[in-house]
Amino acid sequence: MANTIAAAHEHEATASHGHDDHHVSLPQHRHHFETQEQQREAGSFGMWLFLLTEIMFFGGMFFAYLLYRNWYYDAFVTSSNQLSVPLGAVNTVILISSGFFMALAVWAAEVRKKKQLVRYLILTTIFGLAFLGVKTVEYKEKWEKHHIPGASFDVHEFINPAIDAKTGKAEQRPLAPDMAQKTQVFFFLYFAMTGMHALHMIIGLGLLGWLIYRAQRGDFTDGYVAPIENFGLYWHFVDIVWLFLFPLLYLINRHPLQ
Amino acid sequence: MSEHHYHDASNVVNPEHAEHHIVTPLQYSYVYGGLIIGTIITVLAADINLGVFNPIVALAIACTKAVIVILFFMHVKYQSNLIKVTVGAGFFTFIVLVTMSLVDYMSRAWGLW
Repeated sequence: MANTIAAAHEHEATASHGHDDHHVSLPQHRHHFETQEQQREAGSFGMWLFLLTEIMFFGGMFFAYLLYRNWYYDAFVTSSNQLSVPLGAVNTVILISSGFFMALAVWAAEVRKKKQLVRYLILTTIFGLAFLGVKTVEYKEKWEKHHIPGASFDVHEFINPAIDAKTGKAEQRPLAPDMAQKTQVFFFLYFAMTGMHALHMIIGLGLLGWLIYRAQRGDFTDGYVAPIENFGLYWHFVDIVWLFLFPLLYLINRHPLQ
Repeated sequence: MSEHHYHDASNVVNPEHAEHHIVTPLQYSYVYGGLIIGTIITVLAADINLGVFNPIVALAIACTKAVIVILFFMHVKYQSNLIKVTVGAGFFTFIVLVTMSLVDYMSRAWGLW
């Protein structure tokens, strides 16, 4: 190495190489990504593209809801008032709490606190299960009242509404028999939308079990946060769907007699 | 040489570079409180008879809550422009699809919607 310029550059090259090695420090860092940051962003980008397809999927159902609500508004108001607002509101709070603990789980993974990460993931799961529990109570009531669309659907209550014992007046405005049949459209959309939402939660709870197992093993508290972060995006998306379902299904018109 | 010149291991000259931001539990608890308050307001607002404005108010509150979740729980506020534009483009496309479908629906039986 008589050439001083080459010698100087060789030194620079090894220094740069050493720098690279420092960045490729984690086994999770794939070699086709320049940096961990790039890998992380590619992951979030992919997750968001998936969530956009989910927006379109749920969006189709929201659009069907919009048209049929417009068409059969009276049937939608009457059937909406069959849903329990307290149960719906409690479930909203439960789901927001679940999302809050999921957000804290992402934080715990970022600051590499394994115990807290596992604890927050378990709390996310418990609140998710509580949501599905309340949903089961609601579905069971619909089953008992024959409010599930199909051959055994009962329109009796919508044509001859119950009489309020205090005022002696009907609790709801009675519907004509043809409009009363359209309450099935509301309940069909109710079960389709909350059912798909619940299916997303069941899938999410399955993934949470797997994440808790891996978090316990210490997989996500060593600088590799991507699975927790991307699952968090999914879980929050499912929250957002419910934030729209609650007012649109439960709170259509709280003044049916005015 | 030239390869070395453009090599950017820490990714700082990349226009998509975004400082990695960790949202603190305190910030998350503010967001949580805001979402709970939003839920209470939704229920209370539905009990006031606002006529045609009831669904508009309900959707406005739901959209506000959704934006808060997207910005903070989903960290979009702290992401690179690529992610921000992707999220925005998705919602924009959805609004275009709904609007165009409604235009078709409403124009077929004018006045009977």
